[in-house]
Amino acid sequence: MIAEAFAAAGWVEVAASLLVLGGAAFCLVAAIGMVRFDDVFMQLHASTKAGTLGAGLIMAGAALTLEGAGAAARAAGVVAFLLITAPVSAHVIARAAYLAGARLSPRTWIDEREALEGAGPLEDGADAGDDGGEDDAPGGGARPSSKAAAANRD
Amino acid sequence: MSLIALTAEFASLVVLAAALVTTVRIVLGPGVAERAAAMDLLSVLVAAFAGLRALATGFAAYLDVAAALALVGFLATVAFARFIGRRGPRPGDDEVSRRRGGERP
Repeated sequence: MIAEAFAAAGWVEVAASLLVLGGAAFCLVAAIGMVRFDDVFMQLHASTKAGTLGAGLIMAGAALTLEGAGAAARAAGVVAFLLITAPVSAHVIARAAYLAGARLSPRTWIDEREALEGAGPLEDGADAGDDGGEDDAPGGGARPSSKAAAANRD
Repeated sequence: MSLIALTAEFASLVVLAAALVTTVRIVLGPGVAERAAAMDLLSVLVAAFAGLRALATGFAAYLDVAAALALVGFLATVAFARFIGRRGPRPGDDEVSRRRGGERP
């Protein structure tokens, strides 16, 4: 069955199949990263980059082979929408998680926001103030200061 | 059965496996933020799965499903993030255990 399918396929179909297989592989990698990384911020790296690329490749395969009124345009629209929204949603989750005090991985060695807060209060006025009053006390020694870490690195 | 339909059937299984693995993260948590991130990935995976069904069956209408899922998933993620940001840390949270390696309540 597979051999016949190969014999009947044009090069566009072969290319679309390769795109779809690559996209599925990236989706699987994103899911594995979601489970194996050990804090939200790393997990967002996996989901937002690998996941978007996987879905985008699958949609590109669909755009190449599907026929019908505007199928390719619709697939391209889905890809464009994913590319626009994925960074936004990842940023929104990461920001809310950080401000709510999400657990950081023990391997985290730099935290620039905390270093800024140590130098003085940093108010985020852009955010309608609905999460006010929850920022960390300045210089709470839970994490090594970023400046010290940067000095060690040099 | 054409090559692309065969490929799409196989890729559907792979994406389903990916969705199952993502569900593990939703179950394990341990925090709301992890679950929100996993939900975001899950909505993208289901949109990709809808695209694969379009390829496997030849019905381009599945692409509309994918578009709607991507839209709803984005809105759900933003709403979830607002919810997390509104909650803030618990009053009894200890600063050290909250920030590094500690369990969230």
